[in-house]
Amino acid sequence: MAALIPPDAGLRVSLEVVIPSDVAYIERVVDLVRHPCAELAYNAHQLALNVPVALSEAISNAILRANNEDPIKRVLVRAEIDTRQLVVDVQDEGEPFDLDGNIRDATDPENLEREDGRGLFLMRALMDRVERFDANGAAPGGNVVRLTLARA
Amino acid sequence: MSFTIKKEGEIVVVDVEGQLIVGNRQELKQKVLDELERGEKKFLIDFAQTGYIDSSGLGVLVSLSKKIREQGGELRLANLNDDLKTLFELTKLDTLFQISDTRDRALASF
Repeated sequence: MAALIPPDAGLRVSLEVVIPSDVAYIERVVDLVRHPCAELAYNAHQLALNVPVALSEAISNAILRANNEDPIKRVLVRAEIDTRQLVVDVQDEGEPFDLDGNIRDATDPENLEREDGRGLFLMRALMDRVERFDANGAAPGGNVVRLTLARA
Repeated sequence: MSFTIKKEGEIVVVDVEGQLIVGNRQELKQKVLDELERGEKKFLIDFAQTGYIDSSGLGVLVSLSKKIREQGGELRLANLNDDLKTLFELTKLDTLFQISDTRDRALASF
């Protein structure tokens, strides 16, 4: 007897969104990525917490820190979503930064009353993997932050 | 996304509708600070209609809590859904805020 293959097993969604360095666009991009995740039956917690918060952080870092809200600079978001995992690349046009050098524990009692410093902590807590690469574009500089999350 | 402010007795209640994120956190901050400047001391933020909160949104809550305490007031939170509770637990902010399951319990707790 042939193995039962779920009807969506071969589905793969790819999308690419380019936005100006303006935080007003973040919510729409999050929705654009979240929608195919919902179609591919990612669980409710991933749809309501992991995906939107981690992605919002990555885009926000790209706009505010890497691109310094420079209206000329853009943020490119590329997502590949299938029934196994979500992989999102968030590419900025800023100076290279050291993602792994930032290991401040946002839950340390000394940091608890700080207004900032939870973004990377949340990305790491809510995704299976967070990586940084040099952007491979025509323009010099630029970072790609890659978020990976297995479907649950 | 929007913020609605109303008074319940002596308590200023803020409803957060939609997301509390980097794009709108300043609006919430300013609205609460305006009330604080008018002399209000007791604040409740109700998340019954909230989607997700990012680190900037959490940061604003921490900042408001400090400013309100400095003025001798109190900020309490209510109606966090399971995902928002997880967010507060992950960041240990559940230890910083008094959080109630319902609006009525929060109002009665002041």
